[in-house]
Amino acid sequence: MKPEEIGILIVDDEASVRDSLYQWFKADGYRVDTAEDAAGALKKLQENPWDIILLDIKMPGMDGIELQNRIKQIDKNIVTIIITAYASVDTAIQALKDGAFDYVTKPIDPDDLSRLIRNAIEKRRLVTENIQLRQQIEELLLPDEVVGESPAMKRVMEMVNTVAKTDSTVMILGESGTGKELIARAIHSRSSRRYFPIITINCGAYPEGLLESELFGHEKGAFTGALYRRKGKLEMADKGTLFLDEIGNISEKMQMDLLRVIETKNFTRLGGDKAVDVDFRVISATNKDLEKAIKEGSFREDLYYRLNVFSILLPPLRERRTDIPLIAKYFLSKYAQSMNKNVVGFAPQAMEMFIGYDWPGNIREVRNVVERAIVVAQGPQIQVEDISFPFPSLATPSGGASLEEVEKDQILKILNQTKGNIAQAAEILKISRLTIYNKIEKYHLKKDDLNKQYL
Amino acid sequence: MSYIYVVPIELEDHSDLGMLEAFIFDTFHLKTRRREFEINLEGVFDPSRGQYNSSLILQQLIMKPPPDADKMLGVLDVDLFIPILTFVFGEAQLKGIGAVVSTQRLQNQFYGLPENREVTSERLLKEAVHELGHTFGLVHCSQSKCVMNSSTYAENIDQKSAELCPLCQKSIKAERNGSVKKGFPFSWWGEK
Repeated sequence: MKPEEIGILIVDDEASVRDSLYQWFKADGYRVDTAEDAAGALKKLQENPWDIILLDIKMPGMDGIELQNRIKQIDKNIVTIIITAYASVDTAIQALKDGAFDYVTKPIDPDDLSRLIRNAIEKRRLVTENIQLRQQIEELLLPDEVVGESPAMKRVMEMVNTVAKTDSTVMILGESGTGKELIARAIHSRSSRRYFPIITINCGAYPEGLLESELFGHEKGAFTGALYRRKGKLEMADKGTLFLDEIGNISEKMQMDLLRVIETKNFTRLGGDKAVDVDFRVISATNKDLEKAIKEGSFREDLYYRLNVFSILLPPLRERRTDIPLIAKYFLSKYAQSMNKNVVGFAPQAMEMFIGYDWPGNIREVRNVVERAIVVAQGPQIQVEDISFPFPSLATPSGGASLEEVEKDQILKILNQTKGNIAQAAEILKISRLTIYNKIEKYHLKKDDLNKQYL
Repeated sequence: MSYIYVVPIELEDHSDLGMLEAFIFDTFHLKTRRREFEINLEGVFDPSRGQYNSSLILQQLIMKPPPDADKMLGVLDVDLFIPILTFVFGEAQLKGIGAVVSTQRLQNQFYGLPENREVTSERLLKEAVHELGHTFGLVHCSQSKCVMNSSTYAENIDQKSAELCPLCQKSIKAERNGSVKKGFPFSWWGEK
């Protein structure tokens, strides 16, 4: 941190102390201001952000201990240092208990003062850095990989590689669960912005006013509950990528504001008047038909063209069924490991069921179905009966589509459930025992085969 | 023509002042003049601390500056303080006209060590340039060898050189060029 980036506020009722400390810190190049009492200090706290506050313990009106408590309520990360003319163990202990960084008696040795301030700045820097790193880690943790070798996915990845090198806006289109965020992250991680954060904002998740403050940040007092200044996601995305998910869900006012920010690359925080410059790349995603929304007048055409310099269409899973086994196996190994279960593969019929299903929830649905199957699986392989689809009507029988195949599969499945007990199976299937024997004969089903296949 | 005034205030030994003036001229490229002014030290003495309030001395020093004074440097050999600190080597107005410096804590005898005149003179040169640097708008420099590096104890002064680093020299040049156009700011504690 450069000295001019650090704000030090001095609160003391003695003018000579204020002046001499002011001069001392000014000579070090810090941004410095003074207040003669608690009320003045609280006012300065509203006007500007402060990193370090030195406060006198004995002041007319509100004393230093109480002022410190108020400061900590406003921003618990501000470093406070208590100064006093008379050293008293009681007040020192109280001040430190209440979160003071240090406690000094006047007059202070110049060497102690400069060391104290160095340490205070170091503490402030570590706290700030810690907050930033936590945010970055959250953003950087790649939840999943892009999996798929179908020609359709290969085309998508080629487009990702092409557009990653540029700074153009990208719009990712695709049904829910097709992995739009994953593609946005893939673009970011292959771009020159990869060392800076990718900030995701789900536009559909916020009511209008909140989305604004989430994006632009706000100054203290911008609205009820805005107790202190907060950086918005636009500022966090500086030098990185801003990923706007469900862009089709934002209000008309937000569309206008967003268009202006994307065009000018600067904005003001809510309740603020200072323009903040930002440099980010925008990737947006939607599962809505925005062109239809434009025709209906609910989405601005100019914003659409701004966001959609390059578009990537993610095909639904049912249009690239060859990727299903890869994706299913990817999730199997991922979840089996995290759940510590020894499940290593899919029984052939189970995999056939997977490939045959239409997956309206796309990859997200595969993930959920696999996760659930691992939970219920008994052996090392996922079996047909471990699988439960949220939309079973879309499931095609594993063996094939003809009536005979459906019949064969259903009889097999029930026989498997009853562990080969024909009487029970007949009851479930609501046919006679004789019919079952006939069918077993017809389809050459043998108990030994059953076991081999299914158990 | 404007000058840097070197003002001995309470100073028994003037033998270093000649060298000091030459060095100031070399550093800031401004001619120096030596002159004494009436300064009341009784009123600025704090008997409980046994020290002199440097801020009040500085106030008196710059009260009526000669018209051709660009900067004024007061030199003393008494112990100086500002209220919040136990002592100061000197004090200056940031981007102002006045500065004071004391030899009291620059001498080895103060710390119970044998006298070393050479060390004292060198420390005086450095502290005088340092305080004058503040009047030219320079703040403390992070370069350990630059004379504008902050020193809080005597041996600390020995570790830095008497020279301004290139960056600080550049800042002075910019400040000088700016001040010709804007007129020199004359305010107590700079921007306050």
